Amino acid sequence: MMGMDLQNGRVEMGHGAGGRAMARLIGQLFVEAFDNPILRREHDAAVFDLPPGRVVMSTDTFVISPLFFPGGDIGSLAVHGTVNDIAMAGAVPKYLTAGFVLEEGFPLADLARIVDSMARAARDAGVEIVTGDTKVVERGHGDGVYINTAGVGVVADGVDIAGDRARPGDRVLISGTLGDHGVAVMSKRENLGFGTDLVSDSAALNGLVADMLAACPGIRVLRDPTRGGLAATLNEIAQQSGVGIELMEDAIPVRGAVKSACELLGLDPLYVANEGKLIAICADQDAGRLLAVMRAHERGGDAHIIGSVLADQRRFVRMKTRLGGTRMVDWISGEQLPRIC
Amino acid sequence: MKYIEEFRDPDLAQGLARAIRAEARADHAYRFMEFCGGHTHAIARYGVTDLLPANVRMIHGPGCPVCVLPVGKVDEAVALAGLDGMTLCTYADLLRVPGSGYDSLFKARARGADVRMVYSTQDALQIARDNPARQVVFFAIGFETTTPPTAVALTQARAEGLKNFTVHCNHVLTPAAMRAILDGGQDGVEIDGFVGPAHVSAVIGTKAYAPFSDDYGKPVVIAGFEPLDVMQAVLMLIRQVNAGKAVVENEYTRAVSFDGNLKAQALTDTVFRLRDSFAWRGLGDIPDSALSIHDDFADFDAERRFAIDTPTPRENKACACGDVLRGVKTPEDCKLFGSTCTPDNPMGACMVSSEGACAAHWTYGRFREGGRG
Repeated sequence: MMGMDLQNGRVEMGHGAGGRAMARLIGQLFVEAFDNPILRREHDAAVFDLPPGRVVMSTDTFVISPLFFPGGDIGSLAVHGTVNDIAMAGAVPKYLTAGFVLEEGFPLADLARIVDSMARAARDAGVEIVTGDTKVVERGHGDGVYINTAGVGVVADGVDIAGDRARPGDRVLISGTLGDHGVAVMSKRENLGFGTDLVSDSAALNGLVADMLAACPGIRVLRDPTRGGLAATLNEIAQQSGVGIELMEDAIPVRGAVKSACELLGLDPLYVANEGKLIAICADQDAGRLLAVMRAHERGGDAHIIGSVLADQRRFVRMKTRLGGTRMVDWISGEQLPRIC
Repeated sequence: MKYIEEFRDPDLAQGLARAIRAEARADHAYRFMEFCGGHTHAIARYGVTDLLPANVRMIHGPGCPVCVLPVGKVDEAVALAGLDGMTLCTYADLLRVPGSGYDSLFKARARGADVRMVYSTQDALQIARDNPARQVVFFAIGFETTTPPTAVALTQARAEGLKNFTVHCNHVLTPAAMRAILDGGQDGVEIDGFVGPAHVSAVIGTKAYAPFSDDYGKPVVIAGFEPLDVMQAVLMLIRQVNAGKAVVENEYTRAVSFDGNLKAQALTDTVFRLRDSFAWRGLGDIPDSALSIHDDFADFDAERRFAIDTPTPRENKACACGDVLRGVKTPEDCKLFGSTCTPDNPMGACMVSSEGACAAHWTYGRFREGGRG
């Protein structure tokens, strides 16, 4: 088979048509990069065994602009996102699928960068990409690349993590600084363009979760505050558990650069997306131990206890402000829009 | 964040709260209007209300650019956006404001209109330069803060001879709205003093507020948008009230001068002229309260360039935005608040912008039963 021009070539309609061009794309790019015994069998479906335990499954679709951003790209993000969704059930992620929607004309060199980045992210997270799919849409009908990943993992007996398990008196912990991903991505959007050294926090959190569960198997809730930020995640948990949550603004870690960018754009870091942070809720007596384990892990160095769970039939999330007042931390409504003046 | 965190310092806030409690007379009710949505937002977001004694009440004013825009103007924006070959640019908040039948620019965009959210008039100009085959209209809204950037864009467009850039001007004037509130008569709200605008005052200067102290006998303290600014201004207002004084004071000396930004004022005078009258949401028709584009820039005036025909605007009769904007009602006095009207599904403009009184109370303050927020 002829090689593809991975330096100057572009995605063509034929790359999704089921013929030789598609076979070359799959063989030379995807199989080469994701290489593992299950994938190499090139069946339409991957066949594998799973270790004992309950099976956890999740899927996520990634449509980010720009495709490459400081600290990551759509490829690494697509792996981290699904790995983290599985890890937030207290499970060990094992296998991923990858579906690509490519826009005609997209540079193959960029696609290769994205695929390599996915492969690296999967290796680092200890998961294998075992099957996939490619479709090509006409120029103008896509935004370069969309990626869907789905994944399976296994949760050990005795681990019971769910959004409805928060109880009054529990403590809320965060694994690190808020808003790094959202602000890093925004800084590269063409209509904003502000200078910052910030990089996305995009990272797989299954290693951190494993350490946390080893030290504290009774963790009640784990969530990664992605879209909608910390505010959306805590409101979901308050709804599902039928409780209130009170945060201490003082305790929530936010980098200076994120604060400044949010100030400039009229945004609130509590609502900005994260891709490498988790929040944990555990019983009060476990909180100190859990915090120490999180801080000892490279993904949890800036971990803090940021609040408590309260009895509240209205299921409000509120926050003691630094100033000494109290305010609600509500769901975001629509997009977070900048203020005018 | 240097030079910002200092104005959110908890110890200083507690000190100011103690001073306010000590100086506010127990036998007196203090009713201060913060004119600007920026102040409304700061008060709600930082929980400033919790630091004020019960007899010091903040009344939210109309200084929220999208809130004061009447439904008819939103309809005009939607109609403009629907014209063939048109790209409509505006500031973000406006996209969600409901017009007649709850139509909005967001919905127009979903129907296929080219509606762009911009951070600056410069972005709108650039879109025009990059797309010579399209007509680009900047739907300009806002008080005196956003007026000079619109003026700059118009002068640039004229200098460059751009044929495809126009401005639909809806810029409004702060002092006119303050006067309308004080002239409200029996239906009006009792106000003991104003926390005056921050950014607006950086443009128009403290001199613009003399009529309110001199003619109306109301104390005015210009304040920055940080929580300590607001608390300091409240303390200064309490001191004026206690002393029976009514003067214009400036708490925001780090940005505001007596004269304001003379260069911006001169440019604004060149590019715009006073409208005879402008319809405000909640405040009705107010003479000499808004700007239109000067004849010298007629080629860049969307109102003259594009004929649009919008039917009589329809407002939800139960929406109390108008009364909320005048300070006559609190958000919780409105029947729609929190039931049919929430930020996810706003019925009125006050629920749209984060600077709107209803949105601020819903988002930050509604855990307080009874509406002190």
